[in-house]
Amino acid sequence: MKNNLSLHTITRIAVFIILSFSLYLLFAGHNNPGGGFIGALMAASAIVLLYVSFDLKTIKSVLPFYYPYFIATGLILAMGTGVSSVLFGYPFLTQFFKYATLPILGEVELTTALVFDIGVFIVVIGVALLIITTIAEDDA
Amino acid sequence: MSNFLTLPILLPMFIGTILIFLAKKHRIQRVIAGISSIALLIVAIYLAYAVYQSPDQIITLEVGDWSAPFGIVLVADMFATMMVILSSIVGAVCLFFAFKTIHSDREKFYFYPFYFYLLTGVNGAFLTGDIFNLFVFFEVMLISSYVLIVHGGTGYQLRESFKYVVMNMVASAFFLVALAYLYATTGTLNMAHLGERVAELGQEGILNGVAIIFLFVFGAKGALFPLYFWLPKSYYGPPAAISALFGGLLTKVGIYAIIRTFTLIFVHNPSFTHTIILYLAAGTMFFGVLGAVSQFDFKRILSFHIISQVGYMAMGLGVFSPLAIAGAIYYIAHHIIVKSALFLFAGATEKITGTTDLKKMGGLLKTHPWLGWLFFISAMSLAGIPPLSGFFSKFALILSAVQEQEYFIVAVALIVGVLTLFSMMKIFMYAFWREPTIKEEDINKKEMFGLLRPIIPLVVLTIGLGFLAEPIFTYSLGVADQILDPTNYIQAVLGK
Amino acid sequence: MEILIAILIGVLFSVATYLILTKSLFRVVLGTVLLSHGAHLLILTMGGLGGKSAPLLGEEAANYTDPLPQALILTAIVISFGMTALLLVMTYRTYKVHQTDDLDQLRGRSDE
Repeated sequence: MKNNLSLHTITRIAVFIILSFSLYLLFAGHNNPGGGFIGALMAASAIVLLYVSFDLKTIKSVLPFYYPYFIATGLILAMGTGVSSVLFGYPFLTQFFKYATLPILGEVELTTALVFDIGVFIVVIGVALLIITTIAEDDA
Repeated sequence: MSNFLTLPILLPMFIGTILIFLAKKHRIQRVIAGISSIALLIVAIYLAYAVYQSPDQIITLEVGDWSAPFGIVLVADMFATMMVILSSIVGAVCLFFAFKTIHSDREKFYFYPFYFYLLTGVNGAFLTGDIFNLFVFFEVMLISSYVLIVHGGTGYQLRESFKYVVMNMVASAFFLVALAYLYATTGTLNMAHLGERVAELGQEGILNGVAIIFLFVFGAKGALFPLYFWLPKSYYGPPAAISALFGGLLTKVGIYAIIRTFTLIFVHNPSFTHTIILYLAAGTMFFGVLGAVSQFDFKRILSFHIISQVGYMAMGLGVFSPLAIAGAIYYIAHHIIVKSALFLFAGATEKITGTTDLKKMGGLLKTHPWLGWLFFISAMSLAGIPPLSGFFSKFALILSAVQEQEYFIVAVALIVGVLTLFSMMKIFMYAFWREPTIKEEDINKKEMFGLLRPIIPLVVLTIGLGFLAEPIFTYSLGVADQILDPTNYIQAVLGK
Repeated sequence: MEILIAILIGVLFSVATYLILTKSLFRVVLGTVLLSHGAHLLILTMGGLGGKSAPLLGEEAANYTDPLPQALILTAIVISFGMTALLLVMTYRTYKVHQTDDLDQLRGRSDE
């Protein structure tokens, strides 16, 4: 692709907006619409936008990730929250929550479901980007 | 409540995930995979023992502490734990055979992770007590099977796997359709709760419709007549270790689901549903064995035999008496072990002769006597010659059909038995008799014993299942009594 | 409303069936995608349609919609997402290896 100035400029701004919205969706997911899966798809779409507007090689040097490891890490995280409840004698996958007051954020609800959701988030980002880069690389 | 119940599902899933990190180091992968497959077998046996010792012989777990019927339950009864043991045995044996035969390039491309995810799906499907969760575990199993069946990506594999995948995706879509209708009719998806509601509901017409859609779905996955056409060609493509795992295990998950749903949920009108199953079983047996008779390829004959033997299992459900169900369960155990062994023998002969075409082999009995006689034992067991395991299970099935006066199915089963013997003898005569095609100096004794070592436990098991027919059949009868009396299951899950 | 959606599901299923029976690999993939869409819509419809409140805490509505079909669909969508991705890659590889996307030519020969 030729050096497309307007696309590059807009991408640079838009990617950050999309990524922060995807994080919002991830954290809103417990009691409001949102969640790990949809947030991750949005984050993946931001990165895909980078791949489209710059080229594959440039972004690979910027984000030198090996996506299968994302999948494995996320899976272990998600499984870990399930198993952690077993360690305390509760049935597998039991979720706990607690209200805590943190500096700056004020009172927040801390849940183990959030950790599970972060696991899902990482898995889905890994899956989506792995699929897209695999097909894209094969062409080049 | 027993968290131990999740271990047959979680252990392979965890190991599979760990192996993703180690994908490029195939030696460490092998060590971890081998050890954990043995560990899985021990877990499965311990679980079966714990279930057998428990007062109701059922252990349940309400996942996430959500009480049934709102949350997902895992239920281990005797049938489920028996299937978990069988899947772990075959899983371990095929894995050790894979060490000897799988090319190291394939090992690097996530062969072992998907192998363990497949076991996750299979064990999950056996242990779940929620029908939507059954769908999910089916998909876990299927997506791993898609990867494994196309693994290596030869032209033949790609071409035939495409059909396999599309067939299964259509069946999965209909699984969802059936679930939607079932939910609209009964308002629940918990299997125990469904069993209770269906009995109260009295909506025979719509439930018959839903039952037939479920039969279509599981029939497509378990290769029942007339939905078996995808099986022979797609099982021919992948390496022997994978074909053996699939041939032994995957269709049996479909059969397990049929037996589970049609003994627990859809028992409102057996004269309609179970008669259909009986006729489908007859068609499956007969056309499957005819396919086998017409073939001249080691692996293809075995693939067609899977179909005809799925028919025997469905026949047990169709006859629907305690003896018939016990026979079907015994048959499943026998079939999983013997079928995997035979596929592994096909893989071993392929490794030795370089072909699976029977016309190009010959004289293996002279050059490889151990291979020949061990194959002979397994083949005779499959054909149902006493005192091996195939005889007793077929005997129970046919006896129960005679007792229920279903003479039509008896006739079909006996004819199919003869044709099975015929096609097994065909393999034996072509591959093991005749003039040897391999020269003396090409024989590699050490390699052959390496190939045989993983298979020997399966052959020992089939002999054991035959000689220990009495206790094993008593156990099968216990399993049959338990699944034919769903009140026990419903009480254990819903806690009333 | 239910009748309209039921007709829509019927249209989706018939289009999907048509596509799956065509010769082109890619159309078959599209057919399976539409088929799963039809099935998902069916689950949604079977849970009951109508302007009830979202099944979330704090809405304080008189009645909520049934959350279960939505959870089921979410799971089913994720699964069909994975399946479709895999099938697309397989289709692509099949096309590359065999140099054709015509299923008539992918039948296999009688001698193998």
